[in-house]
Amino acid sequence: MDKVVNDFSITVGTKNGSGSSTANNTILRAIFKMGIPVSGKNLFPSNIQGLPTWYTIRANKDGFTARREEQEIVIAMNPDSFARDLASVAPGGAFYYADDIKQPITRADIAVYPLPVKQIVRSDPNVPSDFRDLVGNMVYVGALAQMIGLDIEKIRAALEFHFKGKQKPIDMNLNTVRAGAEWAKANLEKKDPFYLEAMNKTDGLIMADGNTAGALGSIFGGLQFAAWYPITPASSLAEALNDYLPTLRPREDGKHTYAVVQAEDELAAIGMAIGAGWSGLRSMTSTSGPGLSLMTEFAGLAYYAEVPVVVWDVQRIGPSTGLPTRTSQGDLSFVNFIGHGDSHSVILLPGGVDECFEFGWRAFDVAEQLQTPVFVLSDLDMGMNQWMSKPFEYPSTPMQRGKVLWEKDLEELKGNWGRYLDKDGDGIPYRTVPGNQHPLSSYFTRGTGHDENARYTEDSAMWVKNMDRLKKKYETARKYVPAPVLYAKPGATVGILGFGSTEEAILEAVHQLDTQHGIPADFLRVRALPFTQEVTDFINKYDQVFVVEMNRDGQMNQILSIEYPEKAPNFRSVAYGDGMPASARWIREGILAKYTTPAKSNGRTKSKATPSAVRTPSEKTAAKKISDSKMKTMKPLRKISGKK
Amino acid sequence: MTQPLPMAGTPANTNLAGLVKNDYRGNPSTLCQGCGHNSISNQIVSAMYELNVVPEHVIKFSGIGCSSKSPTYFLNRSFGFNSLHGRMPSIATGALFGDQTLKGLGVSGDGDTASIGMGQFKHIVRRNVNMVYIVENNGVYGLTKGQFSATAEKGLSLKHQGANQYMPVDICMEALVSNATFIARSFAGNPKQVKELIKAAMAHKGIAVLDIISPCVTFNNQDNAYHSYSWGKDHEEPLHDISYIAPRSEIILEKEMAEGEVREVAMHDGSVIVLKNLEKDYNPTDRFEAIRVLAEAQANNWLATGLIYIETDKPSLTELSNLVDTPLNRLAEAELRPAPEMIDKINALMF
Repeated sequence: MDKVVNDFSITVGTKNGSGSSTANNTILRAIFKMGIPVSGKNLFPSNIQGLPTWYTIRANKDGFTARREEQEIVIAMNPDSFARDLASVAPGGAFYYADDIKQPITRADIAVYPLPVKQIVRSDPNVPSDFRDLVGNMVYVGALAQMIGLDIEKIRAALEFHFKGKQKPIDMNLNTVRAGAEWAKANLEKKDPFYLEAMNKTDGLIMADGNTAGALGSIFGGLQFAAWYPITPASSLAEALNDYLPTLRPREDGKHTYAVVQAEDELAAIGMAIGAGWSGLRSMTSTSGPGLSLMTEFAGLAYYAEVPVVVWDVQRIGPSTGLPTRTSQGDLSFVNFIGHGDSHSVILLPGGVDECFEFGWRAFDVAEQLQTPVFVLSDLDMGMNQWMSKPFEYPSTPMQRGKVLWEKDLEELKGNWGRYLDKDGDGIPYRTVPGNQHPLSSYFTRGTGHDENARYTEDSAMWVKNMDRLKKKYETARKYVPAPVLYAKPGATVGILGFGSTEEAILEAVHQLDTQHGIPADFLRVRALPFTQEVTDFINKYDQVFVVEMNRDGQMNQILSIEYPEKAPNFRSVAYGDGMPASARWIREGILAKYTTPAKSNGRTKSKATPSAVRTPSEKTAAKKISDSKMKTMKPLRKISGKK
Repeated sequence: MTQPLPMAGTPANTNLAGLVKNDYRGNPSTLCQGCGHNSISNQIVSAMYELNVVPEHVIKFSGIGCSSKSPTYFLNRSFGFNSLHGRMPSIATGALFGDQTLKGLGVSGDGDTASIGMGQFKHIVRRNVNMVYIVENNGVYGLTKGQFSATAEKGLSLKHQGANQYMPVDICMEALVSNATFIARSFAGNPKQVKELIKAAMAHKGIAVLDIISPCVTFNNQDNAYHSYSWGKDHEEPLHDISYIAPRSEIILEKEMAEGEVREVAMHDGSVIVLKNLEKDYNPTDRFEAIRVLAEAQANNWLATGLIYIETDKPSLTELSNLVDTPLNRLAEAELRPAPEMIDKINALMF
């Protein structure tokens, strides 16, 4: 049996609230510390305790870390999901289970390893009885260490990080890991081909989640005010603000340069954030779809009254309460036009944890420069899961505070200014903020019709003039938002356009399309709305542009079709939303299902290519891997290099 | 912020802020003639002038409705934010963080506060935000032409609406149970009391809720109102000094109310409200007394007026937040963005 090294997925099935996340994160981090590219995704229910939950880890020596549907190693700790877990093991895979689960093993095509979890934990007198279930999860960590070569020293490093150096829990958990490993060594015979071997592919990288990164980025952006209301999957973003602000913004006098308020609901959260943004603070709120629905009226006010504010939407799948713990890119259309009447939003679309950090600070610059709400659309997968990432980089430019007039500015202008006057011809007016002591500084902000001096008016011509200026401002926004990232492939005949957390899966699909189907494709990851010139150029290049996104209706495709109506016939929507993080398979198959062989290249009439069969684990090793030299032709190079 | 001192040669009617009364005025009112809200705006102007307030030290707030239009009619030199229906509290809560030296002055209505905005009202009260929160309370929606608000009395009939079947919300009681630190009630037609209570509210650190009964001249004008004139006549025993004011002119008490006095006041339609000034020995720092007075007033169908409750030692929200002395909106990048070396520290904190 040929060894399969550093290229497989592990899924652990446990009960929610059983404490398995420590064990699962330990496996993830230990693999990362072994230098092997890895990802971990928590597929959890909306529940505190008792329902089945899964954690899926993918190790891949070539750096492909998107979720895969196939699971080579499955660990079953939960009797309620045992049958499903057993059925989910790929042929030729390995199945570990807690041997107190007395259910029939119905598979002969896999390696089966029962683990006496309870017995091993009970045999350690240092584990208090009420900790046994919790620590018991470390038995499968130990068994994996023995069976696939997970380095125990790296496990120790992971536990030291997790328990912040507290020796007692580190020792207790590590002892159980060792006991699990020793039992496996003495009692289990290796019958599967899956192994880990140390590499150096994670050197200089960090592991973090997008919500923490977004919060840290916001703090480096000079955040002064945040208001929020708890909602999965956004809560940890605001909580990270509370965790890190004291460390990052300390003062000798112990006073604060910021305030974070947990509001009574999302209406109040965005209301407070808008109030603070209006009064000149770098202000934000963070939420998810249902909260955003509540924020809609206020979003329209901020758009029309021209108040800078940053709104993080960590997307989960809707409509309605939907699947509160499952990921999605389903808020794009909603946010694009959020609010009644004519409105158009500026949206940032981070594609990874490092970009959550970057857009954390950048969003304030964009919002204050444009005097408009800026929405940052992350998602549950990016926000809550641990991702490999380049280290966070210090903001490359000073804070851009936009057109704010203080006392001395007004003195120079002799008080001659208009809040909604387009003095510079870019649609962006000047503003003052409360506290300005100049007698001509004040103005009255309102969501009702107003003239260039912010006075109430119902004059039709003034209404149209103001709305046209807001439209001009939206055009100006194209110069302030981040450009897309292009992954160019020599000889590409088709384009793939995506955004956000699907990047890893799309890059893998691009590789598969090229190596397995002979379809070289350029991939453009859009990072903002409105679209910049680079997006226009990309779309103009190809007869077929596949628009990949995690929702039912192809929302990015809709927006592109509105923006580029003459190109709409070339757009092929590859949209799918089931709440799971994107996989290369559905992207590849979705593209192949809509791919038309270019007529000029082979002289044949246009025909649809046949989607490839689902790849089995044994085929996987035969698949050509992207070489380092090939990667370098793709720009920019991400996730592979990084300094720490 | 330092107050500008009056300069030599300034007019005699200049106050200690160096300003004349006109400096506190706003645009001409677009509300109905005789609306109680206009009287309140005038008293705000007078109170601010007499208190020597620098208009730039005040931020005006409002929600949506007739009452919420009124911040346009006073303090033209103050920043103002006319926000969304029922959402003045959240806008004010956030905005007052911008510069904690500023005082908020909010004007809301009974619909804006006690119906759509009840949640935000209760929460701004419990957070003790540093602002005067005036409710111009007329029990009716004027701007949408005459629907019941949550403070409308049970049994009141309005055109198109029928009779109100529900018990009214008592804004002062709601404020009290939400731990407001300043609660007062007055009547728009009692300008002296309104002004004195506004001045007291301005001096208070924290939330000051002022429920001001402000008759609607146009829509809350049915003859068969619960507190009708004839009803008042039938229950005349504790009442005296009934004044009748012709419709379309502002209802102003002809004679100041004495402490402890109960007075019946006719509305434009001939209906009557009953005011009861708090007793001379009433102690507004006693929470239980405040509850008793409000409950007693409810049982007797009168409206207790005066300073109902005050608590002076609770920190306001911005005080609780332990902010730097410099207003947050004047902090420079060096005080807001962590130093470059912190990025390595943060990366090291990640795995």
